[in-house]
Amino acid sequence: MSGVVQVAGELIATRRVGAYSHLTLVAPGVAELAHPGQFVALAVGGPTSANLLRRCFSIHKVKPSGTYGGTVDVVVAAHGPGTVWLTGLRPHDPVDVVGPLGRPFPLPAEPVPCVLVGGGYGSAPLFWLAEALQARGCRVEMVLGAASEDRLFGVVEARRTADGVTVTTDDGSSGRRGWVSDVLGDVIDRTSAGVVYGCGPMAMLRSVTDIATAHGAVAQVAVEESMACGVGVCMTCVMPVTGNDGVTRMVRSCVEGPVFRGDRVRWDAFTDGIGSVPDDALGAPRAGGH
Amino acid sequence: MVDMTTRLGSMVLPNPVMTASGCAANGQELHRFFPVSELGAFVTKTVMAQPRSGRGTPRMAETASGMLNSIGLQGPGIDAFVEKDLAWLRSTGARALVSIAGNTAEEFGDVAAALAASPAYDAVVGVEVNISCPNVANRGLVFACDALSSERVVRLVRERLPAQTPIFAKLTPDVTDIVTIAHAALKAGADGLTMINTLLGMVIDTDRLRPQLAGITGGLSGPAVRPVAVRALWQVTAAMREGRLPTAPLIGVGGVRTGRDALELVAAGAFAVQVGTATFNDPCAPRRVVDELEAEVARHGFSRFADVVGIAHERTARR
Repeated sequence: MSGVVQVAGELIATRRVGAYSHLTLVAPGVAELAHPGQFVALAVGGPTSANLLRRCFSIHKVKPSGTYGGTVDVVVAAHGPGTVWLTGLRPHDPVDVVGPLGRPFPLPAEPVPCVLVGGGYGSAPLFWLAEALQARGCRVEMVLGAASEDRLFGVVEARRTADGVTVTTDDGSSGRRGWVSDVLGDVIDRTSAGVVYGCGPMAMLRSVTDIATAHGAVAQVAVEESMACGVGVCMTCVMPVTGNDGVTRMVRSCVEGPVFRGDRVRWDAFTDGIGSVPDDALGAPRAGGH
Repeated sequence: MVDMTTRLGSMVLPNPVMTASGCAANGQELHRFFPVSELGAFVTKTVMAQPRSGRGTPRMAETASGMLNSIGLQGPGIDAFVEKDLAWLRSTGARALVSIAGNTAEEFGDVAAALAASPAYDAVVGVEVNISCPNVANRGLVFACDALSSERVVRLVRERLPAQTPIFAKLTPDVTDIVTIAHAALKAGADGLTMINTLLGMVIDTDRLRPQLAGITGGLSGPAVRPVAVRALWQVTAAMREGRLPTAPLIGVGGVRTGRDALELVAAGAFAVQVGTATFNDPCAPRRVVDELEAEVARHGFSRFADVVGIAHERTARR
């Protein structure tokens, strides 16, 4: 586990971006430690909040120093009491921040072409990742997809950052009508990509993994499992992942992820919103459950 | 300066604040936020004989001032636990209160024996016997719902541990009369009791109109259950004071978020207090409560923490 801080942060800017809110928080000490793919865990509702569980957000970008000290940017979709509270904050409101958390995206040792795939606001960490890859000489293409245009995040930033951008929407309101999986195979082939990075809903990450594997690339995916603490103590964000020893374990996505090699995730365990324990997992329940 | 030392039978701790089992993993994660040796004791996640995957997901549901969890006692098994986790706790100088469980009464005893045989055993200040986790295959029908089962488990654990190791039986409030269960555990050789474990609860996902947890039911914890913990501590302490129960130290747990919350449990009868779900909200919560509780004791003009234990029983208004 790498370095982490808990700081009394402060919101300094908030703006609407399509269906999302983009928050900039002063959180001294986080930026210096953070790498693309890591996340922050924010407390919601203040010190006497009835919502005790932290909300975890992938870091969109960081600035180690500025007028107010180091900042962290996150992208929030308001869909529950915690995220509604966060998006209703005003500049100078306090926010307790714990971060950076989790393992970052591994970067290739050689300057291989890479494709970065984001579903909805799952694209948030990819721009920062793109810059880190380009600094290593990697050619970077991005594929951004969402249900509709207002649910895309960062298309302008993608066009500015990446060497090529493909956009898909389910309803055709922007880019090509369809899913990211409809175009990904061609992009991998055209760019001879060696690595595909993915961030978004679980079903998308599964298809990103399948397509990357079929086209000869390695998939690195950042998963979204619901977490209660984000720091590795609650054991709620587990998922079945196969280790180097070939053994499947229920691992915590907050400390052993959120980035996993796609071909190590037991996608077969996920159906209809339930993540089950594969029968061959270490310590799996015998008949009758436990 | 307040003397925060607390004595729970033979277990003497520099302060009365602990983590709660299952809310702090086995220490390394929280050690990034504060030295775990600064707590009175570190209570480990319940360990069983074999590695155990736990249940599928979703494993948690947020509720008003609390949460449900349905982890299913995920853990590495006692052998890996003593080799890695207990050895690490020992290296930090932490005082470990090790939580153990078994699928059968015999398994409880075997886990206790393996623990006692481990090279890091000198880091163990006590053993908490988890006879009350609701996340087991028979759900609410835990050992601690039945006096005979409670007695049998505690007796087997007592037999397999050195006499100088204090054992605390962790009880559920989901019973008709907690005093009866407390009596059975103490009679079987428990040196003290930990109260309370989570309450069995359930949440329906109102979008899918089905149970939100993959395990269907889960354990309710957090500030929402604090009045239940205070009530349980009160009833058992009152029974001891009235001579209906042998006198034994109690560890209070349930919904403690601040020093003032901890003081409530202490005034009801707790000699030590565990901080559980609040740790998910604030990873520094257990350490923060040490300072806040000391400030609360000082605010009331006491120089010794021990003088506040159970004080509400003496100050109850008589009519």
